[in-house]
Amino acid sequence: MSTATATAPDTTTNALTTGRLPRWAPWALLGFSWVVFVIVFSIIAMAGETEFNIAAALFLGTILFDVLIFSVTYLVEGARQARDRLMTSLVATAFIIALIPLVSLLFTVLVNGTARFDIAFFSQSMRNVVGEGGGALHAIMGTLLITGAATLISVPVGLLTAIYLVEYGRGKLARAITFFVDVMTGIPSIVAGLFAFAFFSLVFSDPGIRFGLGGSVALSLLMIPVVVRSSEEMLKLVPNELREASYALGVPKWLTILKIVIPTSIAGITTGVTLAISRVIGETAPLLIISGFTASMNYNLFDEKMMSLPVFVYTQYANPGSDIQPYLERAWAGALTLIVIVMVLNLIARLIAKIFSPKLGR
Amino acid sequence: MTTAPVSPRAKLRLGDRIFSTSTVTAGVIILVALAAVAVFLIAQSIPALVADPAELKGSPSSFWEFVAPLAFGTVWAAFLALLMALPISIGIALFISHYAPRRVAQSLGYIIDLLAAVPSVVFGLWGIKVLAPAVTPLYNWLVENFGWFPLFTPPVSGTGRTVLTVAIVLAVMIIPIITAVTREVFLQTPVLHEEAALALGATRWEMIQMAVLPFGRPGMISAAMLGLGRALGETMVVAMVLSPALVISFVLTSSTNSPTIAGNIALNFPEAHGVGVNALIATGLILFAITFVINSIARVVINRRKAFSGAN
Repeated sequence: MSTATATAPDTTTNALTTGRLPRWAPWALLGFSWVVFVIVFSIIAMAGETEFNIAAALFLGTILFDVLIFSVTYLVEGARQARDRLMTSLVATAFIIALIPLVSLLFTVLVNGTARFDIAFFSQSMRNVVGEGGGALHAIMGTLLITGAATLISVPVGLLTAIYLVEYGRGKLARAITFFVDVMTGIPSIVAGLFAFAFFSLVFSDPGIRFGLGGSVALSLLMIPVVVRSSEEMLKLVPNELREASYALGVPKWLTILKIVIPTSIAGITTGVTLAISRVIGETAPLLIISGFTASMNYNLFDEKMMSLPVFVYTQYANPGSDIQPYLERAWAGALTLIVIVMVLNLIARLIAKIFSPKLGR
Repeated sequence: MTTAPVSPRAKLRLGDRIFSTSTVTAGVIILVALAAVAVFLIAQSIPALVADPAELKGSPSSFWEFVAPLAFGTVWAAFLALLMALPISIGIALFISHYAPRRVAQSLGYIIDLLAAVPSVVFGLWGIKVLAPAVTPLYNWLVENFGWFPLFTPPVSGTGRTVLTVAIVLAVMIIPIITAVTREVFLQTPVLHEEAALALGATRWEMIQMAVLPFGRPGMISAAMLGLGRALGETMVVAMVLSPALVISFVLTSSTNSPTIAGNIALNFPEAHGVGVNALIATGLILFAITFVINSIARVVINRRKAFSGAN
C-alpha cells in the first residue's frame, strides 16, 4: 500500500532471511561430508591397507556433517538455532545408523545366498550328503509342518480370547488375561522351547524327547499373544452400530459375532495372523531344543526329530565338515530363503489389509 | 393399581452358552499355559538344585557358582545393547514422529519394522561373517591405544567374537521394539502443548525438550525395559557370535567372555544328558523369572500411562 514497500529496492536483503542459512546449505554440507570420507576411504583402499568400506565412510561422513552443521550454524545463526540444527541432524543420523545394518544384512544375504539358491536346494534333503550338494527340502518341509501346526493351535485360541476380551470380558479375569498376554509377548523364545521339552519329557517320561509337534507347541506359546493383541485391536474397530443393528433385529449375540463382527474385521485379523506367522517362522532356539535336527525327510509331526529352516541355517554354520565352503553356502541360501519367506508374508499381510479392508465410508 | 413392569429377560440360547463358554475357556487356557511354563520349568529344575554340584559342567562347588557367570554375562550383554540402542531408538522415534515429512513417516516406520522381521539366526550369521571381521581392526586399535582402560584390557580377540560385537547385534535387534513403543508415546503428546511451545518462539528442539520428552518419559522407560527383556532372552546371536568361557569379565574386546544363559542353553542342550539337562532348564527358569519381572513392570508403567493420556 505504502510507496515505501512498493519501491523497496530488490537488492537489499530480506529481513526475514538475513542471518539464516539458505535452505540448501544442510544438504550441501551432508553431500560434502560424505564425499570427503568416500575420498579418504578410497585413498586408504588404494594404498592397499584395507578393502573399501562404504558403510564406514557414510557413517563417519554423517558424524562429520553433525559437527559441521553445528559450527556453521553457530557462526551464522547463533547458539539456539545451532543446537536445534544439531539435534535435527543427530536424529536423522540415528535413522541412518539403523539403516546401515539393515542394508548391509540384506545385501550380504542376497550376494552370498544366490550361490546355492538353485533347484537342488529346494528338491533334495541332506541325507547322505557330505561336502557339496544336498539341499534344504527336509528343512522347508519341517518348517511348513511345524509352523502350520502352530498356526492351527494359535489361531482358535488367540481369536476366541480376543473375542472374549472385546465382546464378553469385564472385570478381573479380562484384566488378568490382557495383562498376562502383554507379558507373554516378552517371553524369551528359548524359554518356550524349554517349557515344551520339560512338559513333554515329563508326560512321555522320555528324557531325550525330540519331535515336531513339541516345536509347534513352543511356537504357539510365542504366537498366541501376538494373535490376541492384533485380533483384539481389529475387533475393537468394528463400529458398535453394526452390533446394535443386529441385536435390534433379534439376532443372538453369538450369531452377531460370527456373522457381523468377524466378517467385518476378517481382513485385519488375517493380516495379524500372517504377521504372527512371519514372526515365529524364523524362530530357531525353541526348535533347536524340542524338535532337534536331522538330515532326513520327516513328514510325521508326532515322532522323530524334525528339521526346520532356521535350525538348518544354524547347523550348517555350526557343524561344518572339513571343507567349510559348501556348508556356509547352504547356510546363506537358507538365510536367503527365510528372508524371502518372511518378506513375502509381510507383503501378503499388507496387501490383505489394503484390498479386503471393509469400505465403511459412503 | 398396575402390576410392576416385568423387565424382559433375555432368553438363554444354547448357541450363546456354547460360544461364550468357549471364549472364556480360550482365555483361561492362556493363563493356564503361562502357569504351566513356570510349574514345569520348576519341576524339571529341582533335580539340578538337589544334585551333587560336581556333576555339573565345570564341576563348580555349588549350583550358584555354576549360574553366576551366566547370569552376569546375560545382564552385561543386554545392558551394553540397551546402552547403544536406547539413544538411537529415541532418535529414530523422534525422527518419525516429529521430523520426517508426514507423507513418508509411515513408510520409514515400515523400514524399521523390517529389522524386526529378520530372523535372529540370520542376524547371527551376519554378525559372525560380516560384523565381526569389520570391527576387528577397530578392536585392535582400541586395545593398542586404550589398553590401560579396564574395559579394553589386552589381549585383544583376533576374531571379533566378543561381547561388544554381540551387544552391537543385539542393539540392532531391539531397536525396532523400543522405537515402536516410544514412537507411539511421542505421537500421543498433546498437540496444544507443542503448539504453545512453538508459539512462544521455541525452536523445534526446544519444543521437544519442553513438551514431548517430559510427556514421554514413562513411555521411554518402559520401552527401554521391553528392549532389555528382548536382549536378555535373545539366543541365536549369542550362541553363534560369542566365544564364551566360564569367567566373570567386564572386558569388551577379549576372547574370553562371560556366556549368557540363553546362548549357553542353545550351545549345550543338544549334547546335554542326565542332570546337565536339568541344570540348563534351571538356568532357563532364572531367565524366565528375570524377563517376567522386567516385562511386568514395563507393562504396568505403560498401562498407567494409557489411563492418564485418555484425558487429552
